[in-house]
Amino acid sequence: MLEIINLTKVYEGNVQALDNVSFNVQPGEFLAVIGLSGSGKSTLLRCINRLVEPTNGEVIWDGVDVTKAGPDELRRIRRQIGMIFQHFNLVERSKVLTNVLAGRLGYTNPAMSLVNRFSKSDVEMAYKQLERVGITDQANKRADELSGGQQQRVSIARAMMQNPKIILADEPVASLDPVLAHSIMQYLEKINKEDGVTIICSLHFLDLVHRYANRAIALNAGVLMFDGAPKEIDDGKFKEIYGKEAERVG
Amino acid sequence: MRCDLKKKSSILKSLRTGLLIAISIIVFAYAFQVTNVNFETTRSEVRITQLTRVLRALAKPELVKYDTTEEEISTPFYLPCPENNEIEEIEKNANEAYIQTSVICASPKETITVEGFNMPANIKGPVNFLAASGVKRQLANFETNSEGYFTVDVVIPTRQPVAEAQYITATIRTTTGLPKWTETAKATWDKIIETVFIALLATTIGTAASIPISFIAARNLMKDSTSTPTSTALNIIGFPIGAYLGYIFSKWVIDLLSPLEKNVFVTLIGLIISGLIAYLSLRKGLPSEDIKKPSTSVRIQRFIFIFIAGLMTIISIILFGEFTKLIGNALENILGPIGFLGYALFQIGDITLMLVPAITAIAFGGVVVSLFNKVGLSLQDNLNTKILKIINILLSTIAGAILFALVMAVINWFYQFNNPRISLYYPVLIGGFAGFILAVIAKPKHPLPTGFIIYTVTRTILNALRSIEPLVMAIIAVIWVGIGPFAGSLALALHTIAALAKLYSEQVESIDDGPLEAIHATGANKLQTIVFAVIPQIIPPYISFTMYRWDINVRMSTIIGFVGGGGIGFLLQQNINLLSYRAASVQMLAIAVVVASMDYVSSKIRERIV
Repeated sequence: MLEIINLTKVYEGNVQALDNVSFNVQPGEFLAVIGLSGSGKSTLLRCINRLVEPTNGEVIWDGVDVTKAGPDELRRIRRQIGMIFQHFNLVERSKVLTNVLAGRLGYTNPAMSLVNRFSKSDVEMAYKQLERVGITDQANKRADELSGGQQQRVSIARAMMQNPKIILADEPVASLDPVLAHSIMQYLEKINKEDGVTIICSLHFLDLVHRYANRAIALNAGVLMFDGAPKEIDDGKFKEIYGKEAERVG
Repeated sequence: MRCDLKKKSSILKSLRTGLLIAISIIVFAYAFQVTNVNFETTRSEVRITQLTRVLRALAKPELVKYDTTEEEISTPFYLPCPENNEIEEIEKNANEAYIQTSVICASPKETITVEGFNMPANIKGPVNFLAASGVKRQLANFETNSEGYFTVDVVIPTRQPVAEAQYITATIRTTTGLPKWTETAKATWDKIIETVFIALLATTIGTAASIPISFIAARNLMKDSTSTPTSTALNIIGFPIGAYLGYIFSKWVIDLLSPLEKNVFVTLIGLIISGLIAYLSLRKGLPSEDIKKPSTSVRIQRFIFIFIAGLMTIISIILFGEFTKLIGNALENILGPIGFLGYALFQIGDITLMLVPAITAIAFGGVVVSLFNKVGLSLQDNLNTKILKIINILLSTIAGAILFALVMAVINWFYQFNNPRISLYYPVLIGGFAGFILAVIAKPKHPLPTGFIIYTVTRTILNALRSIEPLVMAIIAVIWVGIGPFAGSLALALHTIAALAKLYSEQVESIDDGPLEAIHATGANKLQTIVFAVIPQIIPPYISFTMYRWDINVRMSTIIGFVGGGGIGFLLQQNINLLSYRAASVQMLAIAVVVASMDYVSSKIRERIV
């Protein structure tokens, strides 16, 4: 379904973020991406929907090379790929409902969205998604009035508005406390299991990886170090991924 | 060794510091000379007296006046003394106000004392000599004490000798009735209203125009916009062609529609029909959602519908302009006291019609550019590098030639070379050559930073425009549209555009990138990203900057009258030149009140919204 071939990204100033990364993602997988901060996890996720322009390599999505897609093609690809961010990236001054509806923009006619208009079915769908994450009552509040956990749930609802085939989650729980982290991860799990949405999720804590992912890949300085089941990450592999001086926590 | 080095460097350092201090002393000393600093003048007695007079006048704004009645208290006086010394003594009524002279006759140039009794307390007034011919001459001023008594020494003027009695009078002025606004106050009121509205109009127009510009001048929105050499060259070729076609087309349509101009109903019906067609074909051409990639025939169909919608929109805009002009004209006569509504409608229609060719030109240019862009992309995808390179070279040669020819046409308009060799042939050759070289050097598929170039050009123009004082702009506007508030509004609007576009764009640059990224990731295009991620974030700073600008514009419009731009400045300058400081003080007071209340209102509004 998603095939990454020799993906390389060099930022300005010769910073190598990704170095010849190749892997496959099967439909319905829950794939964890692990690695130190700065190892290229975020870049990898952003190269998939081309929020970051890859320097080299291919990203094959449903048989189409994303890296060569024109603007219209890219729009059609992006709208099938939901994305969740560490800092939620909600438009804070907008209503929760508007934030959720924004997930529909890839399908909406630009001329219509100029005047902030969405179809009735979109609005209904937005309420349904909010209900799913349990915050229907907050729909008309401003996004910045919500707590961190609630905001992340809004952003999950926003991603789900896209009817995504895949969700890219960039450290979705890194700025939440452990209890909230599990609740957010459970929502992702539910989406993965019930809706069959493939999930690629970068994570910091290995216990979360063990608990939720059915496959993990690891990056170190932009190089793919590991690709396999989470339980295969033993102490040796761990040192390889995180460096010799690293110690396991949790 | 190290110690040595340290020592050396510390000596160097102190030398450098000493030098810096010496230089700054010299600089400031020179500044004193250049700016003619001379505090001796501030202590000069004459100047201080003048200053005191002006300041005291300024402290007493000529706001209200009272109706006054004058009562003349007089006593007969003989000049010179009659020969036979027969002078009738007049009995003074000790209960009424009266004046008395120390002598009842005197020769010219003699000094006598005038006393007043039972006068109103604490008043001032003139003491006059009323000659037999009826001519008054002021001798002195009196000032009564709390008991209504005054005494003043006067010198008897030189007059032709007359036998009968002449009079020495003291005038009592009493104010009656309620205070009334002075003419100055009334004129100031009229002009301050004008001033506020100049500011309002300039701010509104400036804001409306600077919002779209601010997006173009925002680095974070523009830096990612790139286009390939092929598309860039095609755009440079396409836009002028499209714009020219659009211009011609709009002129043609306006001519075509001009017979309708006379008839309100035909215009209205035309407006409704064209608007309806535009709306319907827009609905047809722009489906609210497309789930699948549309087939070619569907896309062509949509394109045709959108094209029809565009044409109908242009027609309906023209008809709208005509209609509002007609209605406005009619209403202006019917409405009477609120006829200004009709006048405004007429002007709106006129502005619409004036803008139609420009809008159409830009729209056509945009259409051609987007079509050419598609062509460029498909060329790039379907051709191999070598052929693409050749096409690129060809296109960019043409593009360079066109670009240089257009730039030179503008320069030629200013300098009027009137020589096709300078204004056309050379630029075409040089431009073509430059384009050729660029295309040879550039990699055929490597994207060019067009967004960044547009950003830089916009910023440069804004900075240049902003550095021109509104006062200077007003002078030019006065030449264009004549003396009056319209010139001031135009000048201020232009300056507002430049200033606000920069402030706004800096706000756009400082927004949180996260939401932008998130909205982008949903597949939203540039326009949608701006509407959903950028605009919500910039509304509060935009409002506060707009209020701030209105504030500035009010202050600016108070002085724009100095150069004929309307508003209160004209009055202020006039009164200062006439040395009527008490009148000028009224205008200054009005400005202070308006600016202070603007400040208050804008801070309240900001509190509410932000």
